[in-house]
Amino acid sequence: MNRAEREAAVRRVMGARPVPVPPELYPDAVRRGQRLLRRGRLVRRVLWALVCVAAVVFGVWAAYAHPWVEPPSRTTPPVDGW
Amino acid sequence: MRDRRVVRGTDRAQEFEAFVAGAAGRLLLAATLLTAEAPDANPRARRLLTLALGHTYARWHRLRGEDPYDCARQYLAVRFARTIWHRHRFPGRARPEPRGPLAGLNPQERLVLVLRMYEGVAEEQTAALLGLTAERVHTVCDRATSLVLHPVGAAGPRPVNAEVAPS
Repeated sequence: MNRAEREAAVRRVMGARPVPVPPELYPDAVRRGQRLLRRGRLVRRVLWALVCVAAVVFGVWAAYAHPWVEPPSRTTPPVDGW
Repeated sequence: MRDRRVVRGTDRAQEFEAFVAGAAGRLLLAATLLTAEAPDANPRARRLLTLALGHTYARWHRLRGEDPYDCARQYLAVRFARTIWHRHRFPGRARPEPRGPLAGLNPQERLVLVLRMYEGVAEEQTAALLGLTAERVHTVCDRATSLVLHPVGAAGPRPVNAEVAPS
């Protein structure tokens, strides 16, 4: 028995008995798929909301703290009395 | 926006229904071979297939030319591979006695045999999908083939056919 014959024999053995497809398979699959889609949409929305909130918070903080202004030097002692 | 989504939804439903009508029988047989259940009592295979089809449904508009059948089959195989691994980790969850034509094989042999012989996936693709080397897939497939064709008692040394055929 060569390789091709053996492979054909195995294919025959595996496909010998057809399996009846239950009618509830399709609605179950659709329900599951819709749930996955809903979950994905929800996750995307939450992430976008988080990004927006972070942007607003950063803007407000930057407007108050002015992080681009050089802070006053603390190493030079104040010069006075001359 | 909502209209477009509804239209896309009905599109998807129709296309998906046609796809399931065409592919479910073949995929369910593959799943039943994987789980080694009887053809008329295959709750694990049905669940596996429902998950795979649900995944395909959710990805329907993002397939970008990819074959939905490939998508479902790939999910089925990977999901089944994961259950093998879980069973190794949690040996307490015993499975019912295997039945069907591939009952004498272990899960990995079944998985490789179904992908290679029943589905006709190329050796390299099977290897990449399961994280094995192509040589390993070749060996496992040969062993599984001879086990199916000569199902002598699983115990005891079997004359492994000299099947290191030049390929």
